[in-house]
Amino acid sequence: MMTPNPPCPRERADINADQRFESGNTRRRWIGIFLGGGLLASFASFIYPVLRYLIPPPVADLGGDEIVASKVAELKPNSAKIFRFGNRPGLLIMNSDGTYRALSATCTHLGCTVQYRSDLRQIWCACHNGIYDLNGRNVSGPPPRPLAVFDVHLRGDEIVVTRKREA
Amino acid sequence: MFATLRNWFDERFDWDDLIAPLRHKTVPTHHLSYWYFLGGITLFLFGIQVATGILLLLYYRPGANEAFESVQYIMTQVRFGWLIRSIHSWSANLMIFTAFAHMFSVLFLKAYRKPRELTWVSGMLLLFLVMGFGFSGYLLPWNTLAFFATKVGTEITGQVPIMGKPMMIFLRGGEEVTGATLTRFFGFHVAVLPGLATVLLLLHLLLVQRLGISVPPKVEVQWTANPSAKREMTFFPNFLLREMMAWYVALGVLGVLAAVFPWNLGVKADPFVPAPAGIKPEWYFLFMFQTLKLIPSKVWFIDGEVLGVLAFGLVGLLWLMLPFFESDQPSNMKRWITGLAVFVLAYVAGMSVYGHFAK
Amino acid sequence: MGYGQTKNSCLDCHAALPDRLGVTQEKFSQDIHAQKGLTCVSCHGGDPDSDDPDKAMSPKAGWKGKIERKQIPQLCGSCHSDPAYIRQFNPSLRTDQLGQYHTSVHGKRLAAGDAKVAVCTDCHGVHDLRAPSDPRSTVNPVNVANTCARCHADANYMKGYSIPTDQFAKYSLSVHHQALMVRGDLSAPTCPTCHGNHGAAPPGIDKVQNVCSNCHAFQDQMYEKSLHKAAFQAASLPGCVVCHGNHAISYPTDAKLGTGPDAVCMRCHTPGDKCDQARANILADLVQLDQAIKGADRLLGLAESSGMEVSEARLAQDQARDSLTKARVTIHSFRTDLVDQDIQAGLKIAAKNLKAGKEAMVERARRRAGLGVSLIAIGMVLVGLRLYIKKIES
Repeated sequence: MMTPNPPCPRERADINADQRFESGNTRRRWIGIFLGGGLLASFASFIYPVLRYLIPPPVADLGGDEIVASKVAELKPNSAKIFRFGNRPGLLIMNSDGTYRALSATCTHLGCTVQYRSDLRQIWCACHNGIYDLNGRNVSGPPPRPLAVFDVHLRGDEIVVTRKREA
Repeated sequence: MFATLRNWFDERFDWDDLIAPLRHKTVPTHHLSYWYFLGGITLFLFGIQVATGILLLLYYRPGANEAFESVQYIMTQVRFGWLIRSIHSWSANLMIFTAFAHMFSVLFLKAYRKPRELTWVSGMLLLFLVMGFGFSGYLLPWNTLAFFATKVGTEITGQVPIMGKPMMIFLRGGEEVTGATLTRFFGFHVAVLPGLATVLLLLHLLLVQRLGISVPPKVEVQWTANPSAKREMTFFPNFLLREMMAWYVALGVLGVLAAVFPWNLGVKADPFVPAPAGIKPEWYFLFMFQTLKLIPSKVWFIDGEVLGVLAFGLVGLLWLMLPFFESDQPSNMKRWITGLAVFVLAYVAGMSVYGHFAK
Repeated sequence: MGYGQTKNSCLDCHAALPDRLGVTQEKFSQDIHAQKGLTCVSCHGGDPDSDDPDKAMSPKAGWKGKIERKQIPQLCGSCHSDPAYIRQFNPSLRTDQLGQYHTSVHGKRLAAGDAKVAVCTDCHGVHDLRAPSDPRSTVNPVNVANTCARCHADANYMKGYSIPTDQFAKYSLSVHHQALMVRGDLSAPTCPTCHGNHGAAPPGIDKVQNVCSNCHAFQDQMYEKSLHKAAFQAASLPGCVVCHGNHAISYPTDAKLGTGPDAVCMRCHTPGDKCDQARANILADLVQLDQAIKGADRLLGLAESSGMEVSEARLAQDQARDSLTKARVTIHSFRTDLVDQDIQAGLKIAAKNLKAGKEAMVERARRRAGLGVSLIAIGMVLVGLRLYIKKIES
């Protein structure tokens, strides 16, 4: 009759094999978590910005050499408005005859922001009483140079100001 | 599921036969093995450049009136535009650095020797292309620094006798640096150079695959004497997994650089403003720039700058042909070349540092 | 040698003579009269064709010799007050200089017998007289103060006259001098701008405001409507000069409104009275806006240096600074409510910009948080790869 093998040696071997199998499983799980989870998370952190990037932003205007300074309805004849052009202010004037003029609003004397004087129909700098005519020419007071003049076009109900293009 | 996909590909591409050589590819392991990563990192960074470059192309507008504004738009209005652009700029610099490092490591490990001369030549040509990428790409944001750096750089090209002036006009798209230059550089940067680089890259990688990874001479001697000391690992998956680690580290570094030190916009270029004092090219051109500054204005009867430009041209050509100067037989030439390599590395590094701190 | 003149015996001799009688060809060729074709005889008379001094310098030939100081204005005026004559040379040149001169302190004293005062040649030079637009001219705006100072800053020379001699020294410290000499702003005032040139005289206590208002128009408008105008006029005080000085006009800082050594209000007003309180309010307002602007600037600078885009807010800061400048001009109305209006406008803008700066910093923090997340993911991958490599190689 076959007596059962002594349990100890075989069982111990079994236990060792099981333990090895168990620790192998745990290790595989950790690798799975780190590698799989990490890959997923890192790919997400790469793809997410790219996807957001691909969607065009709401504002399409580059604001460089051209800008919508105002809407037609905003200005009355013989009045003016300051608008931002690039990094400096600009002055948009509506003449009494309905035409528009746009110039740089930075006084060429010491950099103050000029304003339109509807009584004088000229451009005035409050800082030291400098006066420019509507073509930007410095006609009186300290300013040493004329104001830069911009082009103005109407596009629908928008008043578009552009810098004069170089060659 | 992977198994079914594999079968599908295998039936149509004869996939298993195609990748069989890859399975057998091995990478030698020794105390200098870490240098082997540099090529792969450079390739990875090039991939990053292509990806971020394509993304930037969706919003960038070439042309003197719009280039600066479009980059400003990317940096401020486009969601994560700052990230894509900063990664592109940082990765460009890192790639040039790793390309140089890769070249020097190949030089010192003497991996250019027979039969790998063509790998060296294609690699050197790729290095020149990479510097061309850097030079052309630098102008694209159209800010003051870029404008004047391009002006100075193309001016120096014009110094080459006979060929110089026509080359300069070709590069600039005219006598001066203008919007035409920008358009041209844009064409070089996104079409011409990538096309050339792709061809050369494929050649370079093919050669590496066919010829295997080279082993430094001393190690080779050891292993020939004692074959059992030879250590190798399979490329697929062991080396590749390690390469992936290196690539992920590079990604982390890029992320930190892009987020903590975003690339700045500068001021829009104005051709009528005089050049800012102390204008310098980007760091990877500094060693040449500084050398030219140090050469006296007249050497014998030759104009100093012309001499400098010609000298660099000559050195570049010799550097390209380097493997052909060294024969298989043991000779003093090997030691000369190692000595020269040390000198050149010290010179490039030293001149770059000097150029950075000089007024 | 005058152009078109072939012989000039005057220069032939006088070029070789020592200083007081010496005039070289080189020197005379710089003179604008010589360049227009006039010569020695035009003013001195005589015969330029004769080499014999007796004949050349004979009264019969019209020789006047050295012109007496008292006669000089008349001599110069004989051409320069003749519009028909001057029109032949420069039609837009004024011809009222002599008339103006007669109204000036110099002119009046000269008529009364004082030969020490300035005559034409003292300021314009003689024999190498240049047009005023020439930067080397003694009466060019950049040089004219030095010319006036030759007498007016010489204490010895001015002994006997009851006016101070420190004007030039004071002017050299002023903001106008700085603008003219350092910044090269030729529109900045120098001596003749406020005193007149040919009709030179102090403006007069009640006219000072008029002089300053030619450039500082806004301040003048405010001051005109203020309480100070009437008060100063009644006390015969010279308007602007009371607080700003006349020659040593320095850049006005908020310290003028304070209680320290630069304070001007407290020179007259009593501490604690209504005006002192108004002063304190105005000062507090100005300081508040100034600090708000500086605070926003600091934050925007910080955001910018960490790579955030804040150019819109930076531009708007200029508007806030303009409000502060306007408020400082409104001080001249001496009304706290008007100053406060400008200050509040400025504060609103500065607050908006500060908000933009704060938003930029929040965005910066968000970016770094995002970076942190991706770095964690990258770290996980690195650990995972390491473990995987170990596993397949064990």
